[in-house]
Amino acid sequence: MSVGLNHFLVLSVILFSLGIYAVLTRKNAIQVLMGIELILNSANINFIAFARYGNYGFTGQVISLFVIILAAAEAAIALAIVLNIYKQFTTVNVDEIDGLKE
Amino acid sequence: MTTYDLIFYVFAAIIVISAFVVVAAKNIIYSAFSLLFTFFGVAGIYVLLNADFIAVVQVIIYVGGILVLIIFGVMLTNKITDVKIKTESIHIVPATIITGIIGGTLIAILTKTKWRITEPQNLDKTVTEIGRFIVVHYMILFELAGIILLVALIGSVMIARKEKAQIDEVKE
Repeated sequence: MSVGLNHFLVLSVILFSLGIYAVLTRKNAIQVLMGIELILNSANINFIAFARYGNYGFTGQVISLFVIILAAAEAAIALAIVLNIYKQFTTVNVDEIDGLKE
Repeated sequence: MTTYDLIFYVFAAIIVISAFVVVAAKNIIYSAFSLLFTFFGVAGIYVLLNADFIAVVQVIIYVGGILVLIIFGVMLTNKITDVKIKTESIHIVPATIITGIIGGTLIAILTKTKWRITEPQNLDKTVTEIGRFIVVHYMILFELAGIILLVALIGSVMIARKEKAQIDEVKE
């Protein structure tokens, strides 16, 4: 069975599931962020696979470019927030951060 | 099995194994470095799908930008004297069940669906075409992306810097 659309889709499902698992189980906020990056990557694989196998031209590739731009912005903001949380609580474990105000 | 299939399986194995290490590693540094291989593997998959420009952008932005940011985050949120940079996992059993349900459902859906697929198209001149697409069809999205990047830049600097009162305290 030669590689077709379904192979790429299954690959992106595996990546998506691993990302969800990371978001659900990891304690460290930075590793939760890594899980989100995995999820965004799997979405990008889907966009580009459909751009090749469906008759949609370059739309999928352009949209995945915008997804990458948003991922960069999101990583910058999220890490700034994590640094601030570390300054406040001296930990980045998401299960110990349970106060809104000192 | 053609060369194309072989290359696909090699990259798929790299992605799955390194993503599993990202998820399961005890040491957060191992996670960060194994994320590097995941990003390179995904870039390889993009090349297989005729998206060479996106693959280059992936390497530049993810590996050169986001991964460096993440490693800086790891360094700044652990005390240097701290020997253990270990992290723990919680709720492993329910998370495995939920992940299994989500993944199984998605795989069942996408293997049962009859996609309206055509022959794989050889998309030539990707850089020219993507540039034309952005300027002709997605002009507003392009401008919005610029504004979002500016807002994210200013916002993250504002969030991460010290308050002015704190700086004065340090000076005194």
